[in-house]
Amino acid sequence: MTGEHFMKGDEALVEGSIAAGCRFYAGYPITPSSEIAERMAWRMPLVGGDYIQIEDEMGSLAAVIGASCAGAKAMTATSGPGFSLMMEHIGLAIMLEAPCVVVDIQRGGPSTGLPTLMSQGDMMQARWGSHGDYEMVAYAPGTVQEMFDFAIKAFNTAERFRVPVLVMGDQIVGQMTARLVIPSEEEIEVSYRPLPDVPPEEYSPADVSRLVPPMVLPGEGYGLHMTALTHDEFGYPETSASRQESLVPRLIRKIKENEQDIVEYEERLLDDAEVGLVVYGSMKGPGWEAVQAARKEGIKAGILRLITPWPFPREPVERLSERVAAILVAEVNMGQMVHSVREYARCPVHHLGHPGGRIFHPDEILRALRKVIT
Amino acid sequence: MVKLSLPQEEYVVGGHVGCLGCGAVLAMRYLLKGLGPRTILSIPACCWAVLTGSYPRAYLNVPFVNTAFESTGASIAGIRAALDIRGVEDVTVVGFAGDGGTADIGLQALSGMLERGDNAIYVMYDNEAYMNTGTQRSGSTPLGAWTTTTPVGGAGRGKEQPKKDMMGIILAHRVPYAATASVAFPEDLVRKARKAREIAGPTFLHIFSPCPPGWRFSSEKSVEIARLAVDAKVFPLYEVEEGTYRINRNPRKPIPVSDYMSLQERFGHLTKKMMELFQAEVDRNWEMLLRMVEITEEKPLWG
Repeated sequence: MTGEHFMKGDEALVEGSIAAGCRFYAGYPITPSSEIAERMAWRMPLVGGDYIQIEDEMGSLAAVIGASCAGAKAMTATSGPGFSLMMEHIGLAIMLEAPCVVVDIQRGGPSTGLPTLMSQGDMMQARWGSHGDYEMVAYAPGTVQEMFDFAIKAFNTAERFRVPVLVMGDQIVGQMTARLVIPSEEEIEVSYRPLPDVPPEEYSPADVSRLVPPMVLPGEGYGLHMTALTHDEFGYPETSASRQESLVPRLIRKIKENEQDIVEYEERLLDDAEVGLVVYGSMKGPGWEAVQAARKEGIKAGILRLITPWPFPREPVERLSERVAAILVAEVNMGQMVHSVREYARCPVHHLGHPGGRIFHPDEILRALRKVIT
Repeated sequence: MVKLSLPQEEYVVGGHVGCLGCGAVLAMRYLLKGLGPRTILSIPACCWAVLTGSYPRAYLNVPFVNTAFESTGASIAGIRAALDIRGVEDVTVVGFAGDGGTADIGLQALSGMLERGDNAIYVMYDNEAYMNTGTQRSGSTPLGAWTTTTPVGGAGRGKEQPKKDMMGIILAHRVPYAATASVAFPEDLVRKARKAREIAGPTFLHIFSPCPPGWRFSSEKSVEIARLAVDAKVFPLYEVEEGTYRINRNPRKPIPVSDYMSLQERFGHLTKKMMELFQAEVDRNWEMLLRMVEITEEKPLWG
């Protein structure tokens, strides 16, 4: 597929996933993510992979986790209602340390809401939706090209740290058609989960001495027992506060201690900025246009775009807040990522929100920037 | 002049936003003619969740509550419980779900409702794929059919598995009444709706509802295709009451499945050999149905 294409974002994501080594897809139809399932149904058999349409979204992620544990790079995709159904299995993937990718092509909610129209209303659910304590990694693509590129990032991060990784797209970036450049295979860096470097008799499936324990394929002589219960270093359940204290913090530290490595963001025109605009996902385009228009009016605006909303890029936000007089967070929800920005910013933080159904026009953001500056 | 025995009252009035020739619209129209105005509908995600259109075009004259995709069976259990608590006895509670919402994601809630014996009618309107999201395969999609997730070309040859036997699954719960019905046979459908209404306990109607855009046929052929499905024994009309099977239409001159399939582009790619496989499956199912009728003629299997 190396070369130039004109493709939908959902389809570009499929190609990115295949380039990253994905060979198993399980899913359930839901607008506006169904194009991902449809293209996977077509492409998986052609690249030696497998596509299964499952009976619901709980099953989708369960099958993906199963495939991951049996050695395949695996993913699923959905939208709001299906994402809600997947929450229990997100926690399961965390606890089993089963690397996998979950794509949420967000639409207006709550409930069935606006099946065919965009929103960014699942951002907090992405972080906190499953029960218990855990860290989350999520990428927010803003263009068709990024649907391809971030799918690769998502797989690589999932494999490196043995975690579920989210791609938080939305109806606009999922269903827009644009230019896509697929690089040659040699140019694409691909990671695979850490494998054991010891013989089977010395192997432990949940070795707490390492932040990211090696993972084996079943049937290769290595003992394998993966449980969703709090477990000891052999992977067997142990119901005790002390075991919980060693396991759960390690699962969190896998991400926390590698935050510098994982967190990604983009800063533009921030050097002399007096007002900072924070956006993510599809808001990248309108946000950048608004900032350019503001500059033409003499408003010294700059933009911080969150590539990984999770883990939250707190240092760039802290830095930004020390530089500017005020921050404006523009997002297509009634106030979600703005809370995290407020948690770390040391300047006033304003919000431009919308419950979904459409993306902001750059003029609306510009008007909000003018208001913030006065 | 042909005199129809259908009730004149309409509870599905003009203004729906269904496609031309939509079988699911006819299914609802005939169902409500049978059930009457004292009916409450619970409908999950499916074509029918949006078919009513926006006010003032809204065109259903009975109460309607939307439920989540996976939960129709549980939703109607709750509705019935509230009516019982309030002492309301003359209302029919209906879950009305598509084949995906019934045979796939909704199967657990449906099984729960049947096993508990909740007093409600569960209707599966069967257009044999996820049509509201653009024709992805469901458990009810027939063998060989093209859908967007059972592609034709590349490595794909259409759906590789036969259609899920929903009546079989329902009947494993030993329900008092379950029947198939078709939009091509409205009088039979209305009669079955009334029968289900009169029975206390869980009842099930499986209504065959052709979908012109999803099955890829010209919209004026919906009823014709539904009729051919019955006459080719692809979708036999039968009912099971207290463990006794009855066939409601035994085609005197059965037609080959190819007569039914050739009108639909979703089967356009099928080779002669695949058609034969399909015919064999249809024959096997029909044979099984005849045997069930024979077995239960003397003594019901339950009830």
